[in-house]
Amino acid sequence: MWWTRLKALILKELLAVLRDPRGRIILIVPPVIQLVVFSYAATLEVRNVDVMVLNRDAGHWGYELVQRIEGSPTFRKVSFTDSPEVLHEAVDRQKVLAAVQISPTFSRDIEAKQPTDVQIILDGRRSNASQIVGGYLNQIVAGLSADTPAGQKAKSSAVSIMPRNWFNPNLIYQWFMVPNLIGSIALLIGMIVTALSIARERELGTFDQLMVSPLRTHEILIGKLLPPMMIGLVHISLYIVAAIVVFGIPLRGSLLLLYGSSIIFMASIVGLGLFISAMSMTQQQAILGAFLVLVPGMLLSGFATPIENMPGWLQPVTYINPLRYFLVIVRGVFLKDIPVSQVVTLTIPLAFIAAFTLSAAAWLFRKRLE
Amino acid sequence: MADTPTHVESSKVESSRPDFIRLAEVTKRFGATPPALDKVSGIIRGGEITGLVGPDGAGKTTLIRLMTGLMVPEEGSLMVLGFDTVRQAAEIQAAIGYMPQRFGLYEDLTIQENLNLYADLRGLPKSERPAVFEELLTFTDLKRFTARLAGKLSGGMKQKLGLACALLKKPRLLLLDEPGVGVDPISRRELWKMVEDLTKEGIGVVWSTAYLDEAEACDRVLLLNQGKLLFAGEPADLTSRVDGRVFRLSGTEGRRRQVLAQVLNRDGVIDGVIQGDAIRLVMKAGTDANLAVPKDAGADVKVEPTPPRFEDAFVDMLGGGPGGRSRLADAARALPQEGDRPVIEAHGLTKRFGDFTASDKITFDIPRGQIFGLLGPNGAGKSTTFKMLCGLLKPTEGEGRVAGFDLRRDGAEARNRLGYMAQKFSLYGDLSVAQNLDFFAGVYGLSGQRRRERISLMTDIFDFKARADMSAKDLPLGLKQRLALACAVMHEPQVLFLDEPTSGVDPITRREFWTHINGLVEKGVTVLVTTHFMDEAEYCDRISLIYRGRSIALGSPDELKAKVATSENPDPTMEDAFIALVEASESEERAAA
Repeated sequence: MWWTRLKALILKELLAVLRDPRGRIILIVPPVIQLVVFSYAATLEVRNVDVMVLNRDAGHWGYELVQRIEGSPTFRKVSFTDSPEVLHEAVDRQKVLAAVQISPTFSRDIEAKQPTDVQIILDGRRSNASQIVGGYLNQIVAGLSADTPAGQKAKSSAVSIMPRNWFNPNLIYQWFMVPNLIGSIALLIGMIVTALSIARERELGTFDQLMVSPLRTHEILIGKLLPPMMIGLVHISLYIVAAIVVFGIPLRGSLLLLYGSSIIFMASIVGLGLFISAMSMTQQQAILGAFLVLVPGMLLSGFATPIENMPGWLQPVTYINPLRYFLVIVRGVFLKDIPVSQVVTLTIPLAFIAAFTLSAAAWLFRKRLE
Repeated sequence: MADTPTHVESSKVESSRPDFIRLAEVTKRFGATPPALDKVSGIIRGGEITGLVGPDGAGKTTLIRLMTGLMVPEEGSLMVLGFDTVRQAAEIQAAIGYMPQRFGLYEDLTIQENLNLYADLRGLPKSERPAVFEELLTFTDLKRFTARLAGKLSGGMKQKLGLACALLKKPRLLLLDEPGVGVDPISRRELWKMVEDLTKEGIGVVWSTAYLDEAEACDRVLLLNQGKLLFAGEPADLTSRVDGRVFRLSGTEGRRRQVLAQVLNRDGVIDGVIQGDAIRLVMKAGTDANLAVPKDAGADVKVEPTPPRFEDAFVDMLGGGPGGRSRLADAARALPQEGDRPVIEAHGLTKRFGDFTASDKITFDIPRGQIFGLLGPNGAGKSTTFKMLCGLLKPTEGEGRVAGFDLRRDGAEARNRLGYMAQKFSLYGDLSVAQNLDFFAGVYGLSGQRRRERISLMTDIFDFKARADMSAKDLPLGLKQRLALACAVMHEPQVLFLDEPTSGVDPITRREFWTHINGLVEKGVTVLVTTHFMDEAEYCDRISLIYRGRSIALGSPDELKAKVATSENPDPTMEDAFIALVEASESEERAAA
């Protein structure tokens, strides 16, 4: 008897989302946009940078440095000037991100084995990019200085660094981003579909109809929670396939672990979504409410910026963010064969969060019935 | 004789009234559906009230919006006050007042702020404002409430404010889109009176309505049905087509539903509805009404002619009402009497929201196989009472029982015994007809063989087969109504809760609906219905009149009408009864205070 009722409700919830043209748009458009935007457009690597060089040195070493800067693939265009004013203006107007000034005594100092320096001006308004460009320029100058007579001499006694990147040997940006997207798309879809479910019924006037049916309150809750979880898991699966097939990302860990933790993760999300839905009278309110949670949820998850970089007082806040744990699991399963013990350690907090959001949703739902 | 205006004189005045609107073969389509308006032609004059009459979906709002120039017709043309709506919309908009259905009011602004805003929008010079505001606020009797938020006003007051806003720059033509909806009968009469006064100054008024009693009071009507113009002219001309064919059949001693079902299947009977304890019949021309009376109807049965009404003529025009047989009721099991306990009991039901008492000590009970009505204007507390009984709201005090169960406590088991149908037909619009049926069968726990049987029975009775895959939201209104009923009775409930089940639907669909309900009631189903619609009240065995949260009268429709009968008005309508009883209760309250 209860199964007949619940099955009818679950089927209805799925149909209500799939047959509603707006519902279908929510299921299809954001995931595709997110995949395209984050994996191709929103790259954190710095490319296509313009620099300007003011070379006051007439000697060999100044020329050599300019050659090396021009030869670097990082810079799109290298322009030259003789006037400090023009250089100043170019940085001011953001025509270039960085400027290099070589002093008139540069070659002479090097030949005389005297210490010398190169001035690099960076546009601090674009702090992240200029930091990275600063690093590139530093590397070029360091390379040059190793080839100077003084540098050659020092080389034998210097320590040289040989970096190797584990898990992502070529530092392919998408290997980091696409697994992250699996977590964030599940968050987005699970949250919005659940948030709309009760609000939609309230707005269309079907909610009372549901409440006078013999469905028990817990059956309604389950019937409202399972369909968005199912939809979320379908999205997770499609993204996993895309990650492997389209982006060629290695899947080194266990899918079983990934799906196991996905279910707990989805439970914590739909609990939150249902809470928002129980609070809202209209679908518009529900969408606004969902975005109020989604934006900080994404930012405080380690998705775009490392949690370690956040100020000390903010970091503990991320502990209540389910996405924070789930992202570690997804990346772990993909890029390194994450051990079971670590998945369990990360899933336990997720289970606590899920228990809390689900009970809160059930509580509010019952309370709003009065 | 010379003092009293005769009919001849008044029609002379009429002919001198100028044509304000000329409609020529106006057609408008939305998408691939049948046209919303199909070659509608007609004339609307100044100095009178023209009723734009028809059920929901007939094309009334579309036609009004075409008159304002907000929409452009696909074919045909509209001339409003001498201007073409397509090319000279701005001139028209400057000269008319338009009150849309969902008032153009800003709910978070006060009455005064709304007036100021509309004065700005309409470009009323600052110097003229104080005088105009004064006049309109006096006219609408809203002066005492200028600081109140529009959102906090009753339906009637909102409509009056809407009217005031539409009148700010004295229009020559006033377009009112369903001003009577959501308004209690008293405010409705006041509103009507105000509009009537305006016509005396030569203003032309278009009043759109789905209520056929409102149509009757108009000087002239345009009757629309499914986008087609059925009739244009004076309402009396329409009703005259059934002159001498309308009868009142009384003395059936509580068997009126059975008698009606039989009568409707007789030859020569065009239409029949229940009216309190009697039956109202419209006969084919040249048929003797006495022949329609079944032999076993009883010795006291009386058939007497009665004056025709607008609705009689409308139904006659549509080719008559449906038959009296309900296949739904035929297929229903008879519900035996279980003990002598009433099926629905309300004992001192009270609900308070903060310090506002939405319903106050409502008490009544409904025996098996009766239709009980909660009648009252919107916001009077009838919905609150209704919701407490079907378990949607928890009473602050008192107790409600259905089939012996307290719905708040006994929950699911009790809910299995009731069917619920809400005003807006709360179906899942994105689901197809078949999916809706399947869903409701499922949540009511039907499975296997029985589920298939019930679904195919409903599909068959209500003729859903051809549209099984259509989304419920795309169905025509009449079919939506049927689907909602099918979903509500799928599990053969003992009790039916109906919330304004037929407001706005066309008279044929309404008759069809009540034929099913009457049939089910004869099988022992008990029905609780809320309505603000006087015609629906006539179907009830008993009515509780709810006003300001209290039940101010309880009795059969005929008892309530008899209570207010006077020598001037020996045969009052349900609306007369409603108004008189409310006024009596108000003066009682004043006397007590």
